[in-house]
Parts: sequence; C-alpha cells; structure tokens
Amino acid sequence: MVVPRFWRERRYRYNLIGTRCPECGTVYFPPRNVCPKCGRKSLGKMEEFQLSGEGKVYSYTIVHQNVLGFKYQKPYIMAIIETPEGPKITGQIVDVEPEKVYIGMPVKAVFRRIAEDGKAGIIQYGYKFVPDWNKMELEKEGT
Amino acid sequence: MVGIVTYGSYIPIYRIKTAEIARMWGDSPEHPEKGLNIQSKSVPGYDEDAATIAVEALRNALRRKNIPSEKIGAIFVGSESHPYAVKPTASLIAEVIGSYNAHAADLEFACKAGTAAMQNVYAMVKAGMIEYGVAIGTDTSQGQPGDALDYSASAGGTAFIIGKEGVIAEINETVSFVTDTPDFWRREGQRYPSHGGRFTGEPAYFKHIISAAKLLMEKMGTTAKDYDYVVFHQPNGKFPYRVGKRLGFTKEQIDPGLLTPYIGNTYSGATPTGLSAVLDISKPGDRILAVSFGSGAGSDAFDITVTEEMERFNRDAAPKVWDMIKRAKYIDYATYLKFRRMIVEVD
Repeated sequence: MVVPRFWRERRYRYNLIGTRCPECGTVYFPPRNVCPKCGRKSLGKMEEFQLSGEGKVYSYTIVHQNVLGFKYQKPYIMAIIETPEGPKITGQIVDVEPEKVYIGMPVKAVFRRIAEDGKAGIIQYGYKFVPDWNKMELEKEGT
Repeated sequence: MVGIVTYGSYIPIYRIKTAEIARMWGDSPEHPEKGLNIQSKSVPGYDEDAATIAVEALRNALRRKNIPSEKIGAIFVGSESHPYAVKPTASLIAEVIGSYNAHAADLEFACKAGTAAMQNVYAMVKAGMIEYGVAIGTDTSQGQPGDALDYSASAGGTAFIIGKEGVIAEINETVSFVTDTPDFWRREGQRYPSHGGRFTGEPAYFKHIISAAKLLMEKMGTTAKDYDYVVFHQPNGKFPYRVGKRLGFTKEQIDPGLLTPYIGNTYSGATPTGLSAVLDISKPGDRILAVSFGSGAGSDAFDITVTEEMERFNRDAAPKVWDMIKRAKYIDYATYLKFRRMIVEVD
C-alpha cells in the first residue's frame, strides 16, 4: 500500500472509527460518505462513530495458501466479525489455534502489525481480533 | 499531590520454556531454572512489537479510568526495541489516543527507559506544564540465539498516566544514580547486543540499584521495614532477591512484583510491570519502593504511597498482571525463531 493511502486511513484502522447515518442510525465500517439507505438525505451529514471493538465470529476460514507477507503466520484465520453496533468487519483472528475457532465465538479488537512494505518500508498497524477470554469463560459457566 | 492516576499492562500470550531453549543449545535443562530462576519467558506474536504492546497497555490503563485525550499533555515511550530506528513510537501512541497537542518523545536507556519516562511526566505535571501525561515502558528485546540473554530477553509493557487529580498512588519522591559503566551495549547496525558477562552484576546492577535505593531512603528517612512492597529491576529471577537482601528487604516484600521467573526480562517494561502487579493487589496506605536499572548504566528509584482513591478505582476493568501471566500458550524453539523473525531466508 502506498504511504499516503495508509496515512489517510490510519485513524479508522487504529481505532475502528466508522460513520453513522443521522437519518436512520445505521453504522458503517469502513466509513461511508453517503448512507446507501437514505441516499442524498445523508449527504454531508454522516457522523464519525467509534466501534467498541467487541463482536462475535459470524463466519471464518482457515487460510493455508497465504498472501504476500503472511507466510510466517499460516495457517491463519480470516473471519467476518459481527459487531453489536451493526457492521460486519473482515479481520484476522490471532492468538488462538485455528481448530479452536467457532461461529459465535466472542472476540475483541486488538492493535497489531498488519503488513510492512519490505524491510525498509513503513509498518502498517491496525486492528485484528483475539478471543475474548473473559466472555468465553462466562459462556462456559453458562451465565 | 502528583502520582499515578491509572495504569495498565500487556504481556503477549506466547511463552517459551527455558528448558526448551536449553534443549536447543545443549545446555543442562536445569541450568536456566536453577542458575537464573527463569522457567519461561514471554514471546511476542509475529505481529507484535514494542508499539503494539504500548498501545494495548495504554488501552488497559484507559479502560480502568478514561482520561480525555485533550487533557493528556505528554507522551513518553521508553524502549530499546522501538519498531523504527527513525520514526517515533510516541507519535503513533498520540494518534491512537487522539492527543494531538501532546509533547511526544521516545526514550532509550536499556532497561530503565520506562522509569525515565515516568520521571519526565512526573516533572512536567509537578511543574504545572501539563494536566496529565502518559509514561510507557515497553520492549520486545532480543538476545543472540545461544547467548545467556536468549534465556531471559522477553516482551511486555506497562503504561502509567500521571497527574494531580484522582491520584491512586502518590509519587512521594524520585531520585536517580548514573555512571558511565559499559556492562551492556549494542552498536549501530548490530542486530544483537553485547554484554560484559559477569561484569553486569556487581559494578553495574548491584552498584546502581543500591546507590539509588540508599539515596532515596536517606532522603525520605526510611528503612526497608517502612515499605510493604519493593520492586527491583529483574534481569533474572535471582538478582532481585540478592539486592533485596543487601538492602534489608524480605522475600515477602519482593515476590508480588517479581515476574521474571515466569515471563523473563521485559527490559523497559520490567520495573513498570512489576509495579503494576503490586498496584493490582495493594490497598490504601501501602508504601512501595521501585528501583529500575538500565545498563550503561543507571537506576531510578521511586517512593510511592497508595491513596484512598484506590478504593474507588476500577482495577477490574482491565486484566491484572498475574492473570496475564497465567494465560500462556507455550511454543517450541523453531516457532520462537519464526515469531522473532530470526530465520534467515535467501532472497
């Protein structure tokens, strides 16, 4: 990724900042400038909205044929995370073995290195997800 | 009253047992446990570095007590493993918390850059220049494979927010002791540090910690008995007991803040994370002595008293240090090399 694009998107990637339509309340991540539901009524009115970072695994896949830069992480888990605020976010799940991931697993966002432009380029930081151990323990206890 | 307003730590989930490192290098498996009192050390995941650890530690601090970003006037990040040689870690932290008017800088002083950050923020708050400031000690330190440091160099960090309002632990006084002692160093362009072997003990670690601790206790008119807890820099699991004994402290005062036997030496994160573990269990009125040591060489000593505010402080809003220590995933030496990017590939 070129430096200016990463620089423009850093705020959203660091803190899961999306946008919210003031007309219908729908939250979008990544941020949208126009609400697809409300169209021109939302134009210029979209508000920034920070997600809590909480969520559940909506679906996931185990990647064995890595994309460039992910060789040392394979097999790795890519998932769609359902957030309580509404948006479904694609992200990597780390700190857990692939066989232990399940649909509905509570996760939380963490701050990690996402990619780097070779050995001399910039390091891109952003969100990934890890199991929310406390919530998983509560689930186990049946509370 | 100037002191700690909130604090948070982060320790990566991965561990390697020192017996596994000994197996790899043909050392006796008892050597690291008996010789160094280290049974395992923390290892950063492939996608973790000193900056990600700093962010997670600071977010844990803000979970316990949220300080509005515009009120944070300084961000100092102490580390000897900043991800970039040139480009600050502190500016990344400022961006993450949205403190765009903060005085931000990176510090480096081997293992004591974290406490140096605390002193800088403490001074700025005390001088009335800022309302709150962030001090972080974080590291993903590396030892050369097969070297003695391979058994201890680990990863972790702690963030403190220091201010005047809502202080949970007052910093009564802080002093330092520094000399030009070359016990450990890394030259520009070198991947791994070099050290003076046995020379790192007596003229370096012990001399500086004892000098700073004695100076502080003389200034405060205290003895070891006046403190409920003591946290020393912990390059291994033995030195803190030895230095403690020489200063008159007991095992009971040392143990709650001695983490190295389980997570290794987190360098700039070591004394701050030991202090964080003590704050996790302390109650109002408890007095804490914390003394760091950074090779090259110097020590910062802090005399701290826990305040009544601790009763109202939401410690449970973030994971406690010993809970993070217990949540561990053990890896083998090959995975450790992969995570630490120590596998050399031919382009």
